[in-house]
Amino acid sequence: MATLSLNDVRKSYGKTEVIHGVSIDVEDGEFVVIVGPSGCGKSTLLRMVAGLEEITRGTIDIGGREVNKLEPRERDIAMVFQNYALYPHMSVFDNMAYGLRIAGIKGDDLKARVGKAAEMLGLTTLLDRKPRQLSGGQRQRVAMGRALVREPSAFLFDEPLSNLDAKLRVSMRLQIKDLQRRVATTSLYVTHDQVEAMTLADRLIVMNKGVAEQIATPMEIYDNPANVFVAGFIGSPAMNFFPARIEGGHLHLADGSQLPAPAGVSEGSVILGIRPEHLMPAPLDAEGSLSVRVLAVETLGADAFVHATLGDGDADAIVFRVPGHDRPAEGERVSLMVEPGKAHVFDAATERRIAEA
Amino acid sequence: MNRATFPHFWLPLLLIAPQLAISAIFFYWPAVQALYQSVLREDPFGLRSTFVGLANFRNVLADPAYLNAAQVTVVFSLLTAGFSMAIALLLAVQAEKVVRGRGFYRTLMIWPYAVAPAIAGMLWLFMFNPSFGTLAAIPRALGIRWDPLLNSSQAMGLVVAAASWKQISYNFLFFVAGLQAIPKSLIEASAIDGAGPVRRFWTIVFPLLAPTTFFLLVVNTVYALFDTFGIIHAVTSGGPGKSTETLVYKVYNDGFVNLLLGSSAAQSVMLMVLVICLTAFQFKYIERKVHYG
Ligand SMILES: Nc1ncnc2c1ncn2[C@@H]1O[C@H](COP(=O)(O)OP(=O)(O)OP(=O)(O)O)[C@@H](O)[C@H]1O
Ligand SMILES: [Mg+2]
Repeated sequence: MATLSLNDVRKSYGKTEVIHGVSIDVEDGEFVVIVGPSGCGKSTLLRMVAGLEEITRGTIDIGGREVNKLEPRERDIAMVFQNYALYPHMSVFDNMAYGLRIAGIKGDDLKARVGKAAEMLGLTTLLDRKPRQLSGGQRQRVAMGRALVREPSAFLFDEPLSNLDAKLRVSMRLQIKDLQRRVATTSLYVTHDQVEAMTLADRLIVMNKGVAEQIATPMEIYDNPANVFVAGFIGSPAMNFFPARIEGGHLHLADGSQLPAPAGVSEGSVILGIRPEHLMPAPLDAEGSLSVRVLAVETLGADAFVHATLGDGDADAIVFRVPGHDRPAEGERVSLMVEPGKAHVFDAATERRIAEA
Repeated sequence: MNRATFPHFWLPLLLIAPQLAISAIFFYWPAVQALYQSVLREDPFGLRSTFVGLANFRNVLADPAYLNAAQVTVVFSLLTAGFSMAIALLLAVQAEKVVRGRGFYRTLMIWPYAVAPAIAGMLWLFMFNPSFGTLAAIPRALGIRWDPLLNSSQAMGLVVAAASWKQISYNFLFFVAGLQAIPKSLIEASAIDGAGPVRRFWTIVFPLLAPTTFFLLVVNTVYALFDTFGIIHAVTSGGPGKSTETLVYKVYNDGFVNLLLGSSAAQSVMLMVLVICLTAFQFKYIERKVHYG
């Protein structure tokens, strides 16, 4: 158990820098998720913590000890790989015992520790099998077990659930969260799935192109996204964005509709962001509402997502959420109210969030 | 899939005729000849042959020289297969670590394979010639009385070295391919699990190379048994004494030098049986590929 801190960590391959200085202090026992689109540098960052990639600049401390120059085996960490990386020629037991044996643990002690981890993960009956005789979910659990059994000071996960089907992913997600709570080990978890990120994380690092765009709790990020990228990446379906102008105390949208402008924002070009769940149907053409034409309706059961365009023409697309039993028809005209205080205003040039409306 | 059907009986036969002709002339005809010769005995002038049944086989198996050749073959094959595989594996593992110029190293490593066996033998013979060989200075500097033309273990060492050297390229290629097939993440996982480079090699890499190693073991044994005639002929001609005379070399020596056709044919037939067994073994165990994952 340990704290983990990254101080302005950078990575270059040759001349191209792919991680542009990431800093975070992870508390003891905290579960931090790194989320971002493909190629943003999540794996690279994690592998630098593991010692599998050299750190170009900056420092990484585990348990207050700088590990920059240490080999992976000297860092006291365990890692779960996306493809599980189980040793194919060894049984489940031997896979889990591998690290312990190297650490010099033998006999009954070894059996007891592997047995305990196997029980936590429901692997007791599978200990004699080879990895190829296991299902995807079982392999995933063995990979978890191999990490767990060593009782390291930190867990590193690189997209451990992305090879599983949707249902299994949900149940494994819960299991991982539960396990991490029980063993209370500092964890760094990489995913590109924002649902996984939101549900697992104590704190989230939203990454984009090698930059940590925002580091905060999931709800903080949902409620107060730092910029357009974070706002668009977290939340499903994604936030609606409209170019707008602030003039004379009003927000003017492209289709000519107006909303009251937030206080303390100077006049000029902005981007208005509204989440689909913060748009509510209103009486037709009510004061301060947006008028949209419905293009398509996706029914999910409890909810339906309505795809529409702002105004009548081919202006900005917009998505909003309605109850599944109470949905508009295609081609219908609908008026929408924005839930007060739930719209976000971003600077058009810097894309940083400047206010809420 | 549609099976192509030929309208005629003769056309397909005509198409495979060249291959059949080659097989018949160069493989089946000599094999039948050997079988036939192995049960005959020629008179000293080569004028008449008499049928002697299995007498040739009995004589060969009772001949101490034959048993000596068998022993030489076993020693030679084990050493050649062992050295060529061990060195190739070492080189392949090292080549894996090279980042820059990897293709260049690999190309260099493959060249010896293109050298004809007799030439390879001559090369080693010249390099280690006691009087003018450049590399003969090394054993002499170490205080060894270097004379492979008179000392039988030094002669064996020289043919093993030449035969191994030629086969290293082939083994290297297969080991490189085998190493590349091992997922990087396995090595990384074992590094994180606490294993140092040596332990990673013996607990992860080597076991996962087992299918390649097994395949090469059979191939190298067959190579050492049958394909090293040229090297032995060029380097030692089976000598000094009969200390480097392998079974294949003895077939040649008895048949073409000593003109004991019956004995030589009987030996060929026994080698043929050995090849058939090895091939069957290879088909049975190697064709059934080992799958992991
Ligand atoms: N060995 C390398 N040499 C050069 N560039 C590399 C190397 N490895 C990764 N990169 C680059 O670094 C960037 C980050 O890669 P990384 O694998 O960390 O992305 P990721 O966020 O994990 O993506 P994914 O979700 O697809 O796994 C990418 O742009 C990639 O092209
Ligand atoms: Mg990745």
